[in-house]
Amino acid sequence: MDIVTFENVSKTYRSGETTVTALGDVSLTIPRGMFTAFVGPSGSGKTTALNLIGCLDQPTRGTVTVAGQAIGSMNRRRSAAFRGKHLGFVFQDFNLLPVLTVHENVEYPLLMIQDLSKAQRKPAVEKVLTAVGMADQAGKYPAQLSGGQKQRVAIARALVGNPALVLADEPTANLDGATAQKVIDLMKRMRDEFGITFVFSTHDPRIMDQAEAFFHMEDGRLKDDAATGGAS
Amino acid sequence: MIKVMSLAIRNLLRYKRRTLLTGLLIAVGVLAVIVFTGLSGSFKRAIVGQITDSVLSHLQVHKKGYMASIDNLPLDRMIPEKPYKKLNETLSNSPGVEGFSPRIKFGAMLSNFAQTTNVRLNGIDPEKELTAVPLLPSRIKDPKDPDVLLTPGQVLLPEILAKGMGVGTGDTVVLVANNRDGSVNGMTFEVAGVVESLMGPGGRDGYLHIDDAAALLRMETIEISEVAVRVTDFDALADVAGRINQALAPMVTPNGQPVFEVHTWQQLTPFYNVVRMIDLMTLGIKIILIAVVLISVLNVMIMSVYERVKEIGTLAAMGTQPSRIMALFVAEGFCLGLTGAAAGAVLGSGALWILNLTGVEVAFGGAGQVFELAPSVTPGEVLSACVIVLLVSVIASLQPAAKAAALEPVDALRHV
Repeated sequence: MDIVTFENVSKTYRSGETTVTALGDVSLTIPRGMFTAFVGPSGSGKTTALNLIGCLDQPTRGTVTVAGQAIGSMNRRRSAAFRGKHLGFVFQDFNLLPVLTVHENVEYPLLMIQDLSKAQRKPAVEKVLTAVGMADQAGKYPAQLSGGQKQRVAIARALVGNPALVLADEPTANLDGATAQKVIDLMKRMRDEFGITFVFSTHDPRIMDQAEAFFHMEDGRLKDDAATGGAS
Repeated sequence: MIKVMSLAIRNLLRYKRRTLLTGLLIAVGVLAVIVFTGLSGSFKRAIVGQITDSVLSHLQVHKKGYMASIDNLPLDRMIPEKPYKKLNETLSNSPGVEGFSPRIKFGAMLSNFAQTTNVRLNGIDPEKELTAVPLLPSRIKDPKDPDVLLTPGQVLLPEILAKGMGVGTGDTVVLVANNRDGSVNGMTFEVAGVVESLMGPGGRDGYLHIDDAAALLRMETIEISEVAVRVTDFDALADVAGRINQALAPMVTPNGQPVFEVHTWQQLTPFYNVVRMIDLMTLGIKIILIAVVLISVLNVMIMSVYERVKEIGTLAAMGTQPSRIMALFVAEGFCLGLTGAAAGAVLGSGALWILNLTGVEVAFGGAGQVFELAPSVTPGEVLSACVIVLLVSVIASLQPAAKAAALEPVDALRHV
């Protein structure tokens, strides 16, 4: 069963007098549980595709369906609720809250978005922190962590709410090669452990090879040889 | 709510110096309001207390029309014996009236056998006068008998006249007065003391016994110029005045005009305008506080939103509802105001305590009177300053918070 479907999706922006096509007539599907990458150079439309899947943006034309929901018809409140319930995000710059400890950062979605009780939050946070190997760093603040550790915390934060889909925009861009590989391995392991679909964007050829399926983007369109594996 | 507050406090502590400076600015504003309110309030109380407790009393009852020519001390607008008896009965039965004193007010010539000058006099019943103006004895310098205000045959002279004529306690003076019909009468009196001058009406009057005043004015039956009334609860003055007015309303002249008129101290002395001016200045200080809080909190919150656009984008992307993002920033403004207000309240109360320890003296009026102030504020006044700060803090953070909540996550995440 597909978790993401694009049907003739286009996304255009106005930039002064000109109209920029970030995504042009893209159709694709991503099956549930797949470790999928959007690859391509900067400006190819990877991030736009991820933003559409993440309900952070809406298509100009076409239909985007995520976890069975057409995201084009959602208002701000509903799309926020949808993201909080079904999606997890991992950012290139980690985007951890500097005033919160590792434990609190991971706890944030359960506390402020899902409004769970402390009794529900504590085991969930401990479980994902253990899974990403950061349980012993739970009391530290982001400033006290290395880049790789920060990204592991960010992955734990994305996973803690038990989402159907985790989106990672260039998750290894700010990491050295060895750390990047560890992060990719971790994401794969998490996919296996929690059964969550991972979709990420990258332009790093070393990382592309790790994907089970990838969409090769260029100038806002899928290249002919784009899909491999289970994706189409 | 607690989790929002907790996160708001942590975010404020992220920029310690900025938070400290803004909190300090708010605290200084609250401190200024508390100290000014305390000082001005005590100044007001001291002056109003002095005027009402030693000259005017809280309210006065006159014959209708007397007030219009009170400066001339008219003898043809006195309260005759019969209506006075009714008035006496009404006041005696009025709840909230602590005491009252009938007065005969008139102008006379004062002579020390070498010089003569004009003097304004009050004929009083000393015992009753003390129930209406209990602080009158505190104004008497060098009294003949500290335990007795005045006995028949004695006069208390205003300080300024006594000084000018070189008259002191124990000296003999002559008072000459015209009665209502124009006939002149003179009597000798012993000076029982000198009355310190006070600003406002009646502040430079002399006193003699009411029986002597009636005799000097050749009254066949005692007629009263005014009745000074002291109420039990000063804050309930308007109510008591209203009740007395109501009770006196049925007493009318054959023409249907009311026999009496009732005036509170506010209507009797121009100093009430000074009181209102002090209230206006207090309001002005509060408006300055509002401006200080508004500008500083608004500035901090605008900076805070601007610096955290990407963070706001992250929160929104993760699924935080716009209303909660707004609540986070409003809570920051609230916490900033709360900290500043609490610090200001403590500092302000401390400053008043120190002022009370050291003592504050203020000279006021042409008479060179010095008031020792006891500045204090009620918990309600401190609370009101704090509530103003909190309200303004929340209002100031609304716009930046709304801006944060309205940020599109996709744009915010792109922010560098």
